[in-house]
Amino acid sequence: MTRMPGPLRFAAVRHGLVVIVLAAAVAGYTQIAGSFADFQLAQIAIYVMAIAGLTVLTGLNGQVSLGHGALMAIGGYSAALVMQHDPNGHLPLAVVLVIATAATAVAGGIIGVAAARLRGPYLAGATLALAVGIPQLAVARQFAHTLGGEQGLTVRSPQAPSFLGSSFSLEHWLSWICAAGALVVLFLLSNLVTSRYGRTFRAVRDDEIAAALAGIHVARTQVLAFVVSAASAGLGGALLGVVTSLVAPAGFTLVLSIALLTGIVLGGLGSIVGAVWGSILVVYVPQWSTDLAHSLSFSTVMGSYFAVAFYGLVLIVVMLVFPSGLQGGIVRLWGMAASRVRRG
Amino acid sequence: MGSTTSKVLRSVAVVAAFGMLAAACGSSSPSGSSTGSSSTTSGGSGGGGTPTASAPGITANSITIGSHQPLTGPAAPGYSEIAPAANALFQYVNSKGGVHGRQIKYTYEDDAYNPSQTTTVVRKLVLQDNVFAIFNGLGTPTHSAVEAFLNSEKVPDLFVASGCICWDQPSKYPYTSGWQTDYIREGKILGQYIKQSLSGKKVGYVYQNDDFGQDGIKGLDYEIPASDVVTKQPYDVTNINVGPQVAALQAKGAQVVALYTIPAFTALVLLQAAKIGYHPTWVVSSVGSDPPTLSGLLTKFSSGKAGGSLLTGMVTGTYLPALNDTSNPWIALFKKIHDQYIPTLPWDGNVLYGESVGYTFVRLMDQAGVNPTRDSVIKTLHSADLGGPGIVPFAFSSGSNAGFTGEQIAVNKDGSTLVPQGSVYTTDDSSSAPSVSNYTQPQPPSNLNS
Repeated sequence: MTRMPGPLRFAAVRHGLVVIVLAAAVAGYTQIAGSFADFQLAQIAIYVMAIAGLTVLTGLNGQVSLGHGALMAIGGYSAALVMQHDPNGHLPLAVVLVIATAATAVAGGIIGVAAARLRGPYLAGATLALAVGIPQLAVARQFAHTLGGEQGLTVRSPQAPSFLGSSFSLEHWLSWICAAGALVVLFLLSNLVTSRYGRTFRAVRDDEIAAALAGIHVARTQVLAFVVSAASAGLGGALLGVVTSLVAPAGFTLVLSIALLTGIVLGGLGSIVGAVWGSILVVYVPQWSTDLAHSLSFSTVMGSYFAVAFYGLVLIVVMLVFPSGLQGGIVRLWGMAASRVRRG
Repeated sequence: MGSTTSKVLRSVAVVAAFGMLAAACGSSSPSGSSTGSSSTTSGGSGGGGTPTASAPGITANSITIGSHQPLTGPAAPGYSEIAPAANALFQYVNSKGGVHGRQIKYTYEDDAYNPSQTTTVVRKLVLQDNVFAIFNGLGTPTHSAVEAFLNSEKVPDLFVASGCICWDQPSKYPYTSGWQTDYIREGKILGQYIKQSLSGKKVGYVYQNDDFGQDGIKGLDYEIPASDVVTKQPYDVTNINVGPQVAALQAKGAQVVALYTIPAFTALVLLQAAKIGYHPTWVVSSVGSDPPTLSGLLTKFSSGKAGGSLLTGMVTGTYLPALNDTSNPWIALFKKIHDQYIPTLPWDGNVLYGESVGYTFVRLMDQAGVNPTRDSVIKTLHSADLGGPGIVPFAFSSGSNAGFTGEQIAVNKDGSTLVPQGSVYTTDDSSSAPSVSNYTQPQPPSNLNS
């Protein structure tokens, strides 16, 4: 690679520039888009946080986790409980989010330590049990009172700061907060991936014995990967609670964990940029398929089933055409186009 | 400076420029958003005059309302018929010219009884589809997730399909109103029946572990002496195994069991009890006692081995006339609409519920005047005479957003039809006993859209 000028040599600076550009794009888009589009952008940002963390864990470190929905639940419930103990809203939202992220990181560390001995399908099975079991803790008789049971806990919506004007809608403000969270996560994770830790993750994924012989502490690396991905999922879950003003077991089902896995595979395993494509697909395709069902004049019940079937069809087609995910497909197409330009 | 770098920088510059351009050119008010304020210039509920676009979701010739309904999922059996039934009534009214010349457009979305899905579909209906009001949103846990949002957006949240007392908070959530008899009032009336007609027997409860079930047993406890209650068994909709609860009821020797259950779980409990040879007297909330729905579920869950015979003797409450009372003019009219617009749906309590609440909405919009606004409709709710097929009056007033004020006991005599018996009672949410009502049901108007 030819030498880059000055500060662009550093990965952190390059990533920072991309983040700034994306922030400007988000600000521009939310300015012209309506409130529901802002809400959808917030949802995409939330999925980006969880999917980016999961792609680092699964794609880069080789640990398949079916339980990231449970980690999002831990983040969401932590934020809700902190807000419940602060009824007058003295704590700024940023502090609540940091606490929720930290709590989920700790949970991720505990799970990572427990899972460090497990590989492949056994790890998948253990995380699957977490995905099903942890949200149900809220419903268990001992905890139903503090955790709100099936109905869940309501989460206060943050107010937009007054300098933005009174016509600045809540959805607009929430989309900015979630986009900021997603960009922070993308920045930190892409720095991590291009650093020594990223190389350590990949080494452990590719050949544990060779990595151990090279002096890498395998278990510590795997726990670190779990902590990092849990922290991003926790932040995503906390913001999910803030955006929907509710944390309830029904919002963190196994379907959510599967959707996150779908996102990382569709986007491109191990690719941070792929996490963005995956999130867009996971949020928009169900919406498009529902709209398609409506425009085809299906009855509402038939429409719900059609939407799910169409979503599955889209997943199959994307996987057939782009086996290494959308990002892999884009890189391949870009390479083909570039080589054609160079030849022609 | 290499070509790769210049390419990278060029693309960065292009994207940044686009972002800045979009921000600069964008209008300050996002398109398609609803900040909740009505755009009318003429203000209040106009008496005469031509219909205009007086509020979001209202045009000169249409009113658009939205709802979230469990069309799929654990609450779908029975409840998925309610919105099509209300829609059938709206289509009938539309065929007669609509309300003040406006056609009613009813968009209901599936939330699969999942509160997170409810938040998404309701935001879409309010922010993107710009509905005038959310009508008959179904479910206690589901609607709780959107009550605060709808009130902060100042969208009328009319006639929630749930008996939770949480819809009756006029100072905190003025835009939200109930319709059916709330669970505390119903619990008191069912409890009073148990105390008077089944006195001295041991009573057990099975209830859904949320505000629906908890409000119900609160009402029951106001009337049934605490010493008679031997056990209270909660359940969650995500866990269809009710074996432990039914076993506990039998173990404690409960001779009367009060069920605050949705239809699927009423059927599951009945089947489980039949399996272990346990036959108490069942006293069931109106939301989970409709005979056609239950016999269908019993047959389906038991693969044909059991059916409506398990329902004989079931006690419940009702605030609408009996389904088979064809001499009642409301039943005759609603059955005619059912046969014309939704003949494939069974003629059952859910369809009667849907058409009845649909009528209440039509009546409200008619009373709200030619050019209603979101705020004027809420004001009209508190003062209008809404008539309708109810056998008890509504509680709507400046101090209350609650719906029907009472019920009459009805018994499932032969396994398939509910027969009302005894007096009609009205009451409130306090601990005072229900009292006999002397309300007479009004006749339907000759022209249904007024």
